[in-house]
Amino acid sequence: MLAFILRRLLQSIAVLLTVGIVAFFLFRYVGDPINAMVGQDTSMEERAELREKLGLNDPAPLQFVRFIGNAAQGKFGLSYRTSEPVGRLIVERLPATLELALCAAIFAMVVGVPMGVYSGLYPRHWISRVMQAVSLIGVSLPTFLIGILLILVFAVMLRLLPSFGRGDTVALGGWTTNFLTVKGLQALILPSITLGLFQLTLIMRLVRSEMLEVMRTDYIKFARARGLSDRAINFGHALKNTLVPVITIAGLQLGAIIAFAIVTETVFAWPGMGQLFIQSVQFADIPVMAAYLLLIAFLFVAINLVVDLLYFAVDPRLRSNVGAGKGAH
Amino acid sequence: MNAPAAPLLQVRNLRVEFPTRRGTLLAVDDVSFDIAPGEVLGVVGESGAGKSLTGNAIIGLLEPPGRIAAGQVLLEGERIDNLPYERMRRIRGAKIGAIFQDPLTSLNPLYTVGRQIVETIQTHLPLSAQAARERALDLLKQVGIPAAEQRIDHYPHQFSGGMRQRVVIALALCAGPRLIVADEPTTALDVSIQAQIIALLKRLCREHGTAVMLVTHDMGVIAETADRVAVMYAGRIAEIGPVRDVIKSAAHPYTRGLMGSIPSMGVRSARLVQIDGAMPRLTEIPRGCAFNARCTEAGERCFRERPELMAAGATRAACWRHDTGGVGAVRTKEAAHA
Repeated sequence: MLAFILRRLLQSIAVLLTVGIVAFFLFRYVGDPINAMVGQDTSMEERAELREKLGLNDPAPLQFVRFIGNAAQGKFGLSYRTSEPVGRLIVERLPATLELALCAAIFAMVVGVPMGVYSGLYPRHWISRVMQAVSLIGVSLPTFLIGILLILVFAVMLRLLPSFGRGDTVALGGWTTNFLTVKGLQALILPSITLGLFQLTLIMRLVRSEMLEVMRTDYIKFARARGLSDRAINFGHALKNTLVPVITIAGLQLGAIIAFAIVTETVFAWPGMGQLFIQSVQFADIPVMAAYLLLIAFLFVAINLVVDLLYFAVDPRLRSNVGAGKGAH
Repeated sequence: MNAPAAPLLQVRNLRVEFPTRRGTLLAVDDVSFDIAPGEVLGVVGESGAGKSLTGNAIIGLLEPPGRIAAGQVLLEGERIDNLPYERMRRIRGAKIGAIFQDPLTSLNPLYTVGRQIVETIQTHLPLSAQAARERALDLLKQVGIPAAEQRIDHYPHQFSGGMRQRVVIALALCAGPRLIVADEPTTALDVSIQAQIIALLKRLCREHGTAVMLVTHDMGVIAETADRVAVMYAGRIAEIGPVRDVIKSAAHPYTRGLMGSIPSMGVRSARLVQIDGAMPRLTEIPRGCAFNARCTEAGERCFRERPELMAAGATRAACWRHDTGGVGAVRTKEAAHA
């Protein structure tokens, strides 16, 4: 178990270093950072001096080590656009994105899993057929279209919910939250649905197919022969056996939700990291882009690690097999 | 053999159908038999003869679209084939236990065996968690799990195949059922373990007074275990009777063929007999006796009329040879196909 965690940690570090290389090359080779930092009338001597001061004349490996060292401490330099420290820019935007992603993920799980269970248990029921059809729409409609349609219906036509921004937020230390005000919560609804809808349909379809599979297994048939109640069979025995793949996908999707909140944040003018990233791209604000890249990679890796650990909680076969490597059958 | 006045299980003219796109398949056709309390009835036949389906129909777990189209199943004199799902569920496990073919896949891999046994006990018996666990422990000891105190908290993957099948037997017995439907309980096991499991099943059922319907294609298992045997062919019972009589003086040509296919240690020179051909598909069951195309003794009548079970010495067989009218003029296979 400990060896497994260590191995996964080493793998995670390797992944982050690789992403670090990509981010570093962004810095080095996407345009000349000096050009972006100084005005047009800066003399060549001043430029050379700045270049020397920033260490841009050092050999690339040395610069890379320095870059990684700084990144590990959260120092990504100054934004070209606002001249603020990148770290602070990101930390300011992080709560908005994380809260949005969390709500979207909860929405997707809380609605998607029961829908999947139902349509897996009663695949021929008309409700299941309707859910299948609706999920097809959810999978195939692009996010921005869903967002715009929701705005049209609930903000423009019905005037029930705000169409942009975070509404009122409360600052708790350095963290601004939507959860403590009514307006903040209202503002969360439409973006969360928009962001979570794709994941919802994905989870629903996954749970459905896993349930269909599990319900055919011998141990479910045997559980019936033992006279267990339907509830014990469906939720105690069947659903738990569908959890390993569902946790995997849900975990990966949580990373995806955070990373691809960009579109939703743009549609709803949500002041999160995604919006920051889009603005940075427009200004070729490379320090921000590099930091964003590394942060997303870090979140993905961290979530994956948690997912791997969750397997152990769910499946006893893994707990005893880690050392041996192979299952005893 | 005269069945006792109150048989435990009565199956009356059971008919199981599978509606398909190309018409209805008749998988079990007009099957009737009784099981007395504490009796072991062996049900033997080739794959697809309908023996497992008969077992599943009795425990009310036919897989859709299969359904009981006609006939009755009575447990202790009460019909159970038409009960609502919820009432039948309370009978399953409590009065009728079941054991399936593959012990490796019969247990939920995510729960300890103890939890699965306790869960089953508490479904059917009003016991506290503590009392149920004690009963589970006792059952595990009865089925011969060594160090049951530790093993009760182990997961199924930590048991060998034979040990898992023992756990499955404990699960089937845990609410004290009157009848166990055992569907090929040893087929998936090593030959050396098969005998142990069969002996265990036999001993436990005798101790608990539990009747067994033992479904298998292994005549050897039947010979060792069963009191009576029913031979099934193409969805019908071909012969039924006390196991000694069926083995020694089989009255149906198909039964004789089955007996001939058991290797015998004593007779060294004799070649194993094999039955030519294969069982007809359910869509192509011939007119008359379903076995007629493979039968070496078939007569003209066998292609015309379907024989019902009739007295044939010590057993009952569905064969015209035991009717006063006989099989009629003997026809060769070539003539039959012409």
